[in-house]
Amino acid sequence: MWRATVRNLLAHKLRLALSGLAIVLGVAFVSGTMIFTDTLGRTFDDLFASTAADVNVEPAAAFDSGLAGTGEGVGTVSSVPATVVDTVRGVDGVASASGFVRTEGVYVLDGHGDVLDTGGAPGIGISWEPDPALSSSTLVDGRAPRGAAEVALDVDTVDKAGYALGDSVPVLTTGPRVEAELVGVFSFGDSGGSAGASLAAFETSTAQELFGTPGQFSGVGVSAADGVAQEALRDRVAAAIGDGFTVRTASEQAEALAGDFEEGLAFVETFLLAFAGIALFVGTFIILNTFSMLVAQRTRELALLRALGAGRAQVTRSVLAEALVLGVVGSTVGLAAGFGVATGLRSLFGRFGLTLDGGLVFATDTVLWSYAVGVLVTLVAAYLPARRAARTPPVAAMRDDHVAVERSLRRRTVLGGVLTAAGIAAMVSAFVVEDDGAAASLVGVGALALLLGTIALSPVIARPFLRGIGGVLPRLFGTPGRLARENAVRSPRRTAATASALMVGLALVSGFSIIGASTNASVDGALDQSLGADYVVSTAVAAPFSADIAEQIRRIDGVDSVTQQRLGQAQLAGVQTSVSAVDATTLDSALALDYLAGSTAGLRGNGLVVDEDTAAGRGWSVGDRVEALLANGQRVGLTVGGIYTTNATLGSAVISLDTFTAAGGEALDRFVYVDLAPDVDAAAVRSSLEATLEAYPVVTLKDQTQFADEQKGQVDQMLMIINALLGLSVIIAVLGIVNTLALSVIERTREIGLLRAIGMDRRQLRQMVRLESVAISVYGAVFGLLLGIVFGTGLVQALADQGITQQVIPAGRMVLFLAVGALIGVLAAVWPARRAAKLKVLDAIATA
Amino acid sequence: MTSVRDIPVPRVGVEAPAAARSAGLTKVYGEGDTRVVALDAVDVAFPRGVFTAIMGPSGSGKSTLMHCMAGLDAVTDGQAYIGDTELSSLNDRQLTVLRRDKIGFIFQAYNLLPTLTALENITLPMDIAGRRPDQEWLETVIDTVGLRQRLGHRPSELSGGQQQRVACARALANRPEIIFADEPTGNLDSRSGADVLSFLRSSVMEMGQTIVMVTHDPVAASYSDRVLFLADGRIVDSMISPTRERVLERMKAFDVQSEA
Ligand SMILES: Nc1ncnc2c1ncn2[C@@H]1O[C@H](COP(=O)(O)OP(=O)(O)O)[C@@H](O)[C@H]1O
Ligand SMILES: [Mg+2]
Repeated sequence: MWRATVRNLLAHKLRLALSGLAIVLGVAFVSGTMIFTDTLGRTFDDLFASTAADVNVEPAAAFDSGLAGTGEGVGTVSSVPATVVDTVRGVDGVASASGFVRTEGVYVLDGHGDVLDTGGAPGIGISWEPDPALSSSTLVDGRAPRGAAEVALDVDTVDKAGYALGDSVPVLTTGPRVEAELVGVFSFGDSGGSAGASLAAFETSTAQELFGTPGQFSGVGVSAADGVAQEALRDRVAAAIGDGFTVRTASEQAEALAGDFEEGLAFVETFLLAFAGIALFVGTFIILNTFSMLVAQRTRELALLRALGAGRAQVTRSVLAEALVLGVVGSTVGLAAGFGVATGLRSLFGRFGLTLDGGLVFATDTVLWSYAVGVLVTLVAAYLPARRAARTPPVAAMRDDHVAVERSLRRRTVLGGVLTAAGIAAMVSAFVVEDDGAAASLVGVGALALLLGTIALSPVIARPFLRGIGGVLPRLFGTPGRLARENAVRSPRRTAATASALMVGLALVSGFSIIGASTNASVDGALDQSLGADYVVSTAVAAPFSADIAEQIRRIDGVDSVTQQRLGQAQLAGVQTSVSAVDATTLDSALALDYLAGSTAGLRGNGLVVDEDTAAGRGWSVGDRVEALLANGQRVGLTVGGIYTTNATLGSAVISLDTFTAAGGEALDRFVYVDLAPDVDAAAVRSSLEATLEAYPVVTLKDQTQFADEQKGQVDQMLMIINALLGLSVIIAVLGIVNTLALSVIERTREIGLLRAIGMDRRQLRQMVRLESVAISVYGAVFGLLLGIVFGTGLVQALADQGITQQVIPAGRMVLFLAVGALIGVLAAVWPARRAAKLKVLDAIATA
Repeated sequence: MTSVRDIPVPRVGVEAPAAARSAGLTKVYGEGDTRVVALDAVDVAFPRGVFTAIMGPSGSGKSTLMHCMAGLDAVTDGQAYIGDTELSSLNDRQLTVLRRDKIGFIFQAYNLLPTLTALENITLPMDIAGRRPDQEWLETVIDTVGLRQRLGHRPSELSGGQQQRVACARALANRPEIIFADEPTGNLDSRSGADVLSFLRSSVMEMGQTIVMVTHDPVAASYSDRVLFLADGRIVDSMISPTRERVLERMKAFDVQSEA
């Protein structure tokens, strides 16, 4: 039997190549995603978890406020006073200790005075640590910065900006804007990478002045004397400095930061995992489809083996052996191709500014999953039809007119029906459920069930659908059209499986585009309603910037009021919430809030105003007292002073700037709203505003429309990244269609020969294959779009409380997707159609 | 089989205009050691309205002759004509049109598209050409093959004999100059085979069709007007108004020859 297996593999080189390709594609998709995810993770780990010190001291956070770098965790500056550093130095077993300063919102400008593009990654300011035992930065050129007028930058930033030692570098700090001479270049972490973030290092005292507080530190790095264990030192340091500080060993620190990373980038990770899941799904489909076709084609050959005396088990084993060989080879090649996919993803993310340095990460998990997918799926894919083939009585299979009977679809109908019903039930209940999170996950679960249900039902729907839609083919294209339609419906399972990959891809793409369009429309609506100020000053990604800016704007003639908005985290009655902090006296001129109860006046002092959903969800009404715990551990009693309708700009809860500042909230603005005095020359004021802001390229001045456009631009960019990733699954789906079509052409060689013999010309033959392909892909596209619309609208409904209040189905884009679906059919058919047309008539007739 | 004898045999004469003919037709496969001369300078004419059977031992070149005459295979040397058209002067597209409009085919098996009904299979060549079938003629053909009840069936719902009759109807429906049949009864039991053969016979008699049929069955050959015997790529003999017995005898002579 082994000889028969090997012979068989070699005898059908093209078939072999096509089925191998299916495995390679499937595995490459999975391994590429995993390699990329790991590389992304490594880079961020390096950035945030690089720590050279044996023990780290930081001010204790009242609660975990999220990851530095996601813009969520910088709401408070609680710091370590210099006296604590001295205390630590005195602890027995400490070799050296020094305080460090580190903050976000410090931006390096390039030679043109523009902010260096970090692609959304933070601009970080640090104090230069001269002790290599405490520093995770290593000088690669120049020397350490000294005094107020010297700076050192990380390698990537220097490269990007094109600076050389001795150049004067403008830096926007969280305090003033400064010009400093570049005296040193350093690499950061183990891989030297900073994930796109820029790092500017100043001498410690300068750092404190520019972006810290004199005499205060962000933390203390401690190195242990020889022979002192990190754990022992940690305990001693903790005992020496008392409460209010977190003391961690190097590995604890790394773990804590990695934990923060997991949380902070949970979205990216979840998305990439979901993406890997889709990859697995699509890859599995292609392999399964290909193998069931291969074994079906060989039914007669297997029957011959059976007739010659091979047992059922022997036949099955021979098919499995073949699948094993193919699976192993295909997975290995696929694994290698995965590097190509990961490289592509990296350059894609690079184009959006997220540079991943160092080599790609190749983890054991990747190898295991790749082989699991490639080999196991191939084995299963081969086993099912092989078992069926082995069961076919030899005589039946060898009869000349033996047609593989389409098995009953009853089981699939039942399974698909149940799944679909469950999916619909889950989605409907999502509308009823109060909790946003639960609603979103119900929509997610419902969507998955609906997707699987549709896939199971797909062969049942395929026939009537294609007969209906395919009705136009004969009318438009004559006989090739009719033959194409008949070919598409002759094996509904195959057609359905082929279309499924495309269906999944398009369902996701169209679902996301509905969410995107709805978000944009909601942003539009929310801003139209809520923005009362004439101008907004902010960065594109709500990054923090120096309060100096608001100060300078206040001094401009013609400016009536300036409202600063800051962001932070707080526990409100025990539940962690993102809060905005604004000036209660000017809020009404900045934002037109629609109060259901109370008013902005209720914000004054230790007031709290919340949106309607928060009020309803927490059961608060005006006059209630709410215990707040701020990130630095300070407790404040707040009084609910107003309840407003959902507002995208403010978020769900607002406290006054006074409360925020008193609780040690970070003095960095996220938005500054500028309202002009009546009867001033708006153009003149605008030009003075622009002149003032020229020194701060990190922020831009936007009128109401420009602000709305910027917000929408962000949604669009996000969509672009998502769609680029999903596009990959669509490409794989296309290759899957090519594969199925090519195998169909091989399977129908004799038919094609007959058609050619009785007078069908090559053009007509090509058209026949092309139309079949288009029919299949349009089928996939139509159901993909339908599912996408259900998913998209479902999620938008579930997210209504998150500010996505408008429901928009972008009709133009949906039509475009459908057209793309048809185009995919045309493209996928190019090669199989050419192959069909090239068949020599006689060879085709002679093929057994 | 006696009925065959009752059917008046048309006169086969040189003066009848040929539906197809060849001159010095040579076909060589392979090169060097593997070189096989499948057809060796064959001169043959297939007169209009005549049912010709081609016989010969396996490997004698019967199928090759048919393929070359039908424009399915390129010749190495010499000419093949359908009517007055010389095939080697045609490109692929012209050959396709010629096959579609001038030639009917009946193969041993796998003659029909499984996705089309019997009727759709019958009209397929005309559909491909984008022509409406001559309805009256179509009715005649359908009645002659006796498939009126089965027109809506798909090939998988028809017996082997019925499938071959559909194939015959398809070949005839287009009113081709000539029909080539390669062992059309090879896969059928004798009764179904007899049905198909009588049908071919009567299409020659009643419709004036020209048929060339490759066979190695003396019974099948007995339905024809004349038999050409092929051996080693050459026509070695012919027989007018063949009967099963005479053909068998002639074949035996071959065996003796080849044993000698
Ligand atoms: N495609 C081919 N390549 C090489 N030799 C061939 C090919 N087709 C036929 N032959 C050879 O040509 C000769 C005639 O074949 P064929 O016409 O099929 O014989 P018949 O139909 O009388 O059995 C045989 O010797 C056969 O082996
Ligand atoms: Mg033959």
